[in-house]
Amino acid sequence: MVQYAGTVLNASFAALSDATRRGVLEQLGRADASITDLAEKFHMTLTGIKKHVGVLERAGLVTTEKVGRVRTCKLGLRGLEEEAAWIERYRQRWAARFDELDKLVEELKQKEKADVRKNR
Amino acid sequence: MYERTDSEINPTKYGTTVERKSERELVVTRTFNGPAHIVFDAWTKPELLKPRWVPKSFGASFLSCEADVRTEGTYRFVFSHPSSEQPMAFFGRYLEVTPGSRLVWTNDEGDEDGSVTTVTFEERGGETLVVIHKLYPSKKALDDAMASGSISWSGEQFEQLDQLLAAP
Repeated sequence: MVQYAGTVLNASFAALSDATRRGVLEQLGRADASITDLAEKFHMTLTGIKKHVGVLERAGLVTTEKVGRVRTCKLGLRGLEEEAAWIERYRQRWAARFDELDKLVEELKQKEKADVRKNR
Repeated sequence: MYERTDSEINPTKYGTTVERKSERELVVTRTFNGPAHIVFDAWTKPELLKPRWVPKSFGASFLSCEADVRTEGTYRFVFSHPSSEQPMAFFGRYLEVTPGSRLVWTNDEGDEDGSVTTVTFEERGGETLVVIHKLYPSKKALDDAMASGSISWSGEQFEQLDQLLAAP
């Protein structure tokens, strides 16, 4: 969980180091927008804004979906939280199973000790 | 009868970690207080695991448990759970079994290619580090598994998640 969060945070911080990208996130926090909308808003070329959106997308901060000719961008934070929550629940399940396995390991250790004593 | 509370058995140094290592990989680690041959035995002997492997808090119970733990062998576990009318079966093949050190198996219960799980047992001064590495056939397969498990714990989601966990 902690390690996982660390990796994602690194990508997030890199993505957030740019003022335009922070602006894009702010904008998408108000409403979803197409690439064209964003390019107009930030006075950039389509290619330029696509690059920024790509960085945000790789960091999991934005998701995009193309419907027809329009690519719509929205905040991706929700997906990020869900994945982190899933990882944590998955971890808890394994942890519970491992607690059971601990008891079994302990029993087998005791048994092995007893067997060694018997065979002496 | 041996009895201790979990907090005594499982202090911080025996904590469980989970990391999504890449788009297709999940890695789980845990250290056990015992030599590798014992941890391996505890992991692989179905008759020993049957009452243990599913903690009571999950609400599931084992109906049957067959595992031929050797290279090229197969396994099949069947659970029941109150949230599902049908019993749930998990099955697959062992690609590699090296007693005391390494286990590799497939999960074949899905419609598409399943994940491949590699478990290594590494002994260090009487303790054993267990690393579970799950490799999914695609990014989508792991994303889907995560998406299905993120909604709730009942019915299908329970089943989906246990497909990830079901393992000899």
